[in-house]
Amino acid sequence: MLKNRSNTIIKIVIYTVCILLAILSIAPFYIMIVNSTRSTVEIQAHAISLLPSRYALKNLAILTGKSFDPMKGFMNSLFISCGATLCAVYFSTMTAYGLVVYDWKFRKPYFSFIMAVMMIPAQVTMIGFYQMVYKIHMTNNMWMLILPAIASPSMVFFMRQYMYPALSMEIIQSARIDGAKEFAIFNMIALPIMKPAIATQAIFSFVSSWNNLFTPLILLTNQEKYTMPIMVSLLRGDIYKTEYGSVYLGLTLTVLPLIIVYLVLSKYIIAGVALGSVKG
Amino acid sequence: MGKKKNRYAKYGYLFCLPFTIAFILFMLYPILYTLIIGFTDLKGLGMTNFKILEDPFANFKTILTNPSFIKALKNTVGIWIANFIPQICLALLLAAWFTDKRSKIKGQGFFKVLFYMPNIITAATIAILFKAMFDYPMSPANDLVMSLGLSDTPIQFLINKTVTRAIVAFIQFWMWYGYTMIVVISGILGISPEIFEAAEVDGANRVQTFFLVTIPNIRTILLFTLVTSLIGGLNMFDIPKLFMLGGPDNATLTTSVFIYNQAFSGSYMYNRAAAASMIMFTIICILSAIMFFLMRDKDEEKLRKQIREQEKAYRREQNALKKAGKEGA
Repeated sequence: MLKNRSNTIIKIVIYTVCILLAILSIAPFYIMIVNSTRSTVEIQAHAISLLPSRYALKNLAILTGKSFDPMKGFMNSLFISCGATLCAVYFSTMTAYGLVVYDWKFRKPYFSFIMAVMMIPAQVTMIGFYQMVYKIHMTNNMWMLILPAIASPSMVFFMRQYMYPALSMEIIQSARIDGAKEFAIFNMIALPIMKPAIATQAIFSFVSSWNNLFTPLILLTNQEKYTMPIMVSLLRGDIYKTEYGSVYLGLTLTVLPLIIVYLVLSKYIIAGVALGSVKG
Repeated sequence: MGKKKNRYAKYGYLFCLPFTIAFILFMLYPILYTLIIGFTDLKGLGMTNFKILEDPFANFKTILTNPSFIKALKNTVGIWIANFIPQICLALLLAAWFTDKRSKIKGQGFFKVLFYMPNIITAATIAILFKAMFDYPMSPANDLVMSLGLSDTPIQFLINKTVTRAIVAFIQFWMWYGYTMIVVISGILGISPEIFEAAEVDGANRVQTFFLVTIPNIRTILLFTLVTSLIGGLNMFDIPKLFMLGGPDNATLTTSVFIYNQAFSGSYMYNRAAAASMIMFTIICILSAIMFFLMRDKDEEKLRKQIREQEKAYRREQNALKKAGKEGA
């Protein structure tokens, strides 16, 4: 009896905390979305409102009337993120395949080396990278943001860990007997087997590329090439200082695609986070 | 076997070639280049020519005695600690609740989705959103403070150093506790259920089970979280850069923002920024070494150990047999 009661109390505490945290997760975005439909005057009177207003289109006109161009940012980000994701998953799987399937002299040291460089962040290489790119006049070239994804050490690590139990050597041997070329075996047999791992890694690679501010901020100086996070940083500038509604709308436009994609794929994303930690 | 190995070995090199080339071009070369620039006089917008300084370590000395850099390093570590301790505590608490078989919390999937959501949103957007939320004179924070009657006039939150630092730490905490929670939960689910059953049979209560059974069993995952979070924290850029541009009065200046400001504003001191990068790189290398040590291929090691033990046992058996044979003779 007593045990039951304390159990109930614990449960009430747990649910209360969880609901409060859930509200904490939603509230900033809710305020942002609602305020994006309200006029600056309304926001100045009361910055928190539960109900949306009717000024979304007016805010949009003010927003796009200045340097903020969400469509261009969206397309640029889409191009860079898709390119980087394709490069990262394809070549990481390929490297993992080379490490798992073939027995070569430096296989082990090579894998150790990949683990060793896994943690090197982009920030510490940036000055040299910028100077190199500047020297060959490629600073506003989007490929300079895509091609580095070919070398994604942490993804190679993940792919290798996944591939070890998933890929059986017998299948590869029988394909060889059927006369398949090594490269074709990788493309036709290994890639389909790796699909689940590729899907989760693709999501994370896409999101981190989409959200990346540091590298594009340094390399892209041409407004035509701006990515979404750089577009967002323009909202910080003086030109939008008093246009509260437009700033909220600009923020909303950059976040909405992400929230929609997240809610659709949340199951896989959460599972992917859990999987990545176990494998890592 | 040997023949087969030779025949296919070249494909191993071939399949790893794209990674190797990209790594050399986009990581190794830039790192070495950064290192060299650290010893030179390279500064000024658009400059690419440089010569090594008479005192090659001059930039490193300047940086290590630069009060802004020291402050940035202190801020970075301080903000990281202020975000990590509450983050790991909350993550552990939630993980303990969610994995507790006795409470059976419903709606876990729903809560996980919401707790993790801030992590997926562009950090740049979140920084500017929080700036707008604490703005002066009118912002949601001020609206809340005034409607609750805590203050009659709007408060200038963002001129207070402690408040801005706390907000940056809070944003980091808010963005990452969900991730840490999921990682910890998957670690707890990886523990064999028999251990928990045994603890229950022994009469351990929830708290005892958590501290004496759960925590020791997820040591590695906790350490992994600690090191990755620390490395991420040392590179914190988006939030401090866009929230208050490192201000007020350098209160939220982190090392990454410092490096960016040195190299891409003012007098474009690429050399000093490079030296600062290399100092950070050294710190991160030390942390990575710890990480590397933790994540050795454990299964393989176990297997090797097992084989070694089997061999030993076999030899012992052989020896015993020989001995027995001798004795018999």
